[in-house]
Amino acid sequence: MSRWRRIRRGGAAAMLALALAACQAPLRGTGDLGLIVERAAGRVEVIETSGLSSLGEVGGLGDLSHASAVFSRDGRYAYVFGRDGGLSKVDLLRRKLAGRVVQAGNSIGGAISQDGRLVAVSNYEPGGVRVFDAETLAPLADIPATYGTGGARSKVVGLVDAPGQRFVFSLYDAGEIWVADLADPATPKLTKYRDIGRQPYDGLITPDGRYYLAGLFGEDGIALLDLWHPEVGVRRILDGYGRGEEPLPVYKMPHLEGWASAGNLLVLPAVGHHELLLVERETWREVGRIAVHGQPVFAVARPDGRQVWVNFAHPLNDVVQVIDLPSREIVETLHPGKAVLHMEFTPRGEQVWISLRDEDRVEVYDPETRKRIAALPADKPSGIFLTARANRTGL
Amino acid sequence: MARLCSIAVFFLLLIALPQTPQAEPAAGRQADLIYRLKQDCGSCHGMTLKGGLGPPLLPAALADKPNDALVEIILDGRPGTPMPPWAFEITPDEAAWLVRRLKEGVQ
Repeated sequence: MSRWRRIRRGGAAAMLALALAACQAPLRGTGDLGLIVERAAGRVEVIETSGLSSLGEVGGLGDLSHASAVFSRDGRYAYVFGRDGGLSKVDLLRRKLAGRVVQAGNSIGGAISQDGRLVAVSNYEPGGVRVFDAETLAPLADIPATYGTGGARSKVVGLVDAPGQRFVFSLYDAGEIWVADLADPATPKLTKYRDIGRQPYDGLITPDGRYYLAGLFGEDGIALLDLWHPEVGVRRILDGYGRGEEPLPVYKMPHLEGWASAGNLLVLPAVGHHELLLVERETWREVGRIAVHGQPVFAVARPDGRQVWVNFAHPLNDVVQVIDLPSREIVETLHPGKAVLHMEFTPRGEQVWISLRDEDRVEVYDPETRKRIAALPADKPSGIFLTARANRTGL
Repeated sequence: MARLCSIAVFFLLLIALPQTPQAEPAAGRQADLIYRLKQDCGSCHGMTLKGGLGPPLLPAALADKPNDALVEIILDGRPGTPMPPWAFEITPDEAAWLVRRLKEGVQ
């Protein structure tokens, strides 16, 4: 082989290597990724928070009119829970569906276990919880939410993961809280707490995984379970917080998941009252309330716990209020646009992403200056979920 | 005479006015109502209206329910449940129109 031909061949090989490298996506982590639910299109938009851009979309997720997501512990996969009972596993790096099962007729949300191996879904129809292998989505356990003596099944809400391979959830129709221990997924061990109050509509677990709180729609109050002392049972806090005031109609149910927990304070929605309730941990007493613009839907604490951002139910859903928690004052009232559905902070709190359903847009704000720093088009966006949730109990 | 006149006018009006509240909202308002139905009612009843925290609103689920009762639920809500009253932004005619669309099936 002549020297010239060798050079030519070497050059071609180098070019080929370059071309291959160009075809392969560069290596990247997932710590700055997330997804936006496009509820009407049955699609999620994969986004990144370093360059504030969309990386692409993944479709075929069914009815996402009420949808939420949890993440695998490596932050690569999102498990998206759709209204139609669909559980979809989305590969954020490849932007592809990695699996999908339609596991019930109608579902509301889900959770991932402490060890990341189990994904649980709470269902309205048939009422109960089903548990799947996070890797393969193969069914592992079925927990029907049967109550009373007639064999009726309750809608299940407020499903969260708890330390010790447990899931905790509430039975809307039955007024019960159940703790399911899935150390052995084949034989879930159930602990049931009855008569916890009327119509629990959602639940949350404190970030340390100790306290489970179920908000009640049927009465003014919150049901509280201390998972460190389950033998004590469920107690009632904030009993009768409306104190005889005629409750206002609620045009969208508040969401407790992600409700603000800041320092020793919990910030909770008053259902049917345009107020936030401030509750002190440990004593579980109300230590104040803040009058706000409308029926709060989400109140999300900035990760440092200094600010809480609140959005509202229809028809007052074009406003976001920012509360300074130390002074308990509303320091900003933003008008980002029509139908603010959700807000999500980046884990260090330098951005907050806000979805505007009726504007077909997602906006990003700097929480410090409260100035808009980016806007991205999105089709009827609702929930925004960032991968930092992968490392947090209850999210 | 004046009384006779007003009675005549009353009956003429009765004939001239639409028989039942079959009034159709304007086209733009119709689109708005359907959008609200899917997006806002949909947050409890499902965007495809197959139900959620609230019951399904599909034709089969509503077939045996009188229109008047359904209109009343939309306008006044259902005490004891999360269903709120919508009369503050939906007129009786609009609610009646929505009920007719729901019974036919909304695409």
